[in-house]
Amino acid sequence: MTATDTVASPSLSTHELTIRFGGHVAVNQVSADFYPGTLTVIVGPNGAGKTTYFNLISGQLAATTGTVRLFGNDITRLGAAKRTRLGIGRAFQLTNLFPNLTVLENVRLAVQSRAGIGMNMFSLWSAHTGLLDRAEHFLERVALMDRRASTVAALSHGDKRKLEVAILLALEPKILMFDEPTAGMSVDEVPVVLELIHQVKVERNLTILLVEHKMDVVRSLADRIIVLHNGQLVADGEPAAVIASPIVQEAYLGTGATADV
Amino acid sequence: MLKHLLSDDLPRSRFLTVLLVLILFGLAFAPFITSGARPLNTAATICVYIVLVASYDLLLGYTGIVSFAHTMFFGIGAYGIGLGLASAGPFWWIAFSGLLCALLLTILLALIVGLFALRVRAIFYAMITLAVASSFAVLASQLSDLTGGEDGKTFSVPALLSPSFHLFENEVFGRIIDGKVITYYLVFGVALMLFLFLLRVVNSPFGRVLQAIRENEFRAEALGYQTIYYRIAANCLAALVAALAGALMALWLRYVGPKTMLGFEVMTDILLIVVIGGMGTMYGAVVGAALFMLAQNYLKTLMLQASSALVGVPFLAEALHPDRWMLWLGVMFVVSVYCFPAGIVGKLRST
Ligand SMILES: Nc1ncnc2c1ncn2[C@@H]1O[C@H](COP(=O)(O)OP(=O)(O)OP(=O)(O)O)[C@@H](O)[C@H]1O
Ligand SMILES: [Mg+2]
Repeated sequence: MTATDTVASPSLSTHELTIRFGGHVAVNQVSADFYPGTLTVIVGPNGAGKTTYFNLISGQLAATTGTVRLFGNDITRLGAAKRTRLGIGRAFQLTNLFPNLTVLENVRLAVQSRAGIGMNMFSLWSAHTGLLDRAEHFLERVALMDRRASTVAALSHGDKRKLEVAILLALEPKILMFDEPTAGMSVDEVPVVLELIHQVKVERNLTILLVEHKMDVVRSLADRIIVLHNGQLVADGEPAAVIASPIVQEAYLGTGATADV
Repeated sequence: MLKHLLSDDLPRSRFLTVLLVLILFGLAFAPFITSGARPLNTAATICVYIVLVASYDLLLGYTGIVSFAHTMFFGIGAYGIGLGLASAGPFWWIAFSGLLCALLLTILLALIVGLFALRVRAIFYAMITLAVASSFAVLASQLSDLTGGEDGKTFSVPALLSPSFHLFENEVFGRIIDGKVITYYLVFGVALMLFLFLLRVVNSPFGRVLQAIRENEFRAEALGYQTIYYRIAANCLAALVAALAGALMALWLRYVGPKTMLGFEVMTDILLIVVIGGMGTMYGAVVGAALFMLAQNYLKTLMLQASSALVGVPFLAEALHPDRWMLWLGVMFVVSVYCFPAGIVGKLRST
């Protein structure tokens, strides 16, 4: 495969991806291709199906119909753990960590998963200093080094969100999925996380999916915007064009919100 | 060196360190600091239960799996070595092949139960293990030609371990070094190694994944760990160690029987010890087993002394009558669980 091929072919794609919960279709026939080096923001009102779409891609939920492809391979039937090992990394909307383990242990579990030594029963956890250094490196990136020894349960909400991001980075995925990473953060913490996402985007040729409500964030980071509404993909394209489109004005922002976009 | 032996998992409490050192020395020199059969029997039982409870802690305390099949594996280990020796004679190779068969059966059963049942919700898993373990206990009593039924079977052990064997002509520090003392040190040595092994496992990369599963299985899966395999591996490992503990118990008692090896009381004892000692700490098994076995074996004696000293005092003498020892044991559990919800080790570490 040549370099031009890599640019041309999508790293991740969903084809008519659908999930039903009883009679309710939470994600309805969503087809989209995602490319390396592109940051796609997914917007939509509450309950639009953004998190459910993420769950279908990263394997927490199994699709009713449709397919998910990663670098051309069908991964629709694989479980979450396998998809993670293939390079799909996910940070959760609701903080989802190991509360009684320390901050460092949380990140190290991600580093260790990447290193593939989870089944090693006879060596000392603390003897793998290489992994320790890597974990500390990621803690440094989110400015959490000073909290490394405290348990997660003792962290502030903002620090938990940062840790969630550090864990995602520590998995060193090829596809990064952030589900409202700055939700509930205090105003001065938000830039740390956004700056980090921006850095990751420019440093490496990664595919980034980001669910975000804050319009200023969307405009400063997005290469492309996808709009979900009632489980359906209703708009997809250049940020400026999508934000200006009537369907977004109406469905997502509400007619009244037009002024501050 | 010591730090490495303890897998970097130190007691982290001065009082706990003292307690552990006391227990270690008490067990290491039990044949010489006590006399007679009863204290040695208590010491050997403590050694076996430390291993049995520590292996259960790997499941319950570290992985968060509730299983009632732990005594079944303890029983398989005991019956494997016991029935071998009872039917084919007191030879080492018989003991080892009996043990080997037991370990194979253990891993097979643990795998089957794990593969079929660990996928379901925790409460169902607990119930399935209960059903399997009860059926196994019934089976063991029913096959009385093979197992000796309810009465169980006594057997002879290899000459080196039998009471009639004397290593030296004379006493050493007031104790004749007979086969019983040698058996004791076999039990002690193997128990110590198994405990250190378990301490290593829980402090390995694998052990951290187990803790992650206990904390948040969904997230562990999302990190790329296929949790079902980790749970099955933990289940098999715990079962194997429990079987080894059973083999030690059988070797010590020179007897196997359904009540001592497969009975539900054994399971409740394990649960009580792990809770009293402190779940997810490993050291809790040591402290818990020592206190529990001492209480179970000596509470009656203590109460007899107390009640005869208080003879004539109307209420106390009655309340402390040795027949009420179970009641007092129960009271002690309730009080200790109430005062130390995180177990003795948890309490010591937090102060
Ligand atoms: N496991 C489930 N079972 C039943 N219904 C579900 C399940 N998961 C999601 N839903 C439903 O699917 C719809 C989409 O939910 P989802 O969480 O994906 O929305 P969202 O776009 O992420 O919203 P928000 O902005 O509030 O995070 C909702 O109506 C929700 O109730
Ligand atoms: Mg959501």
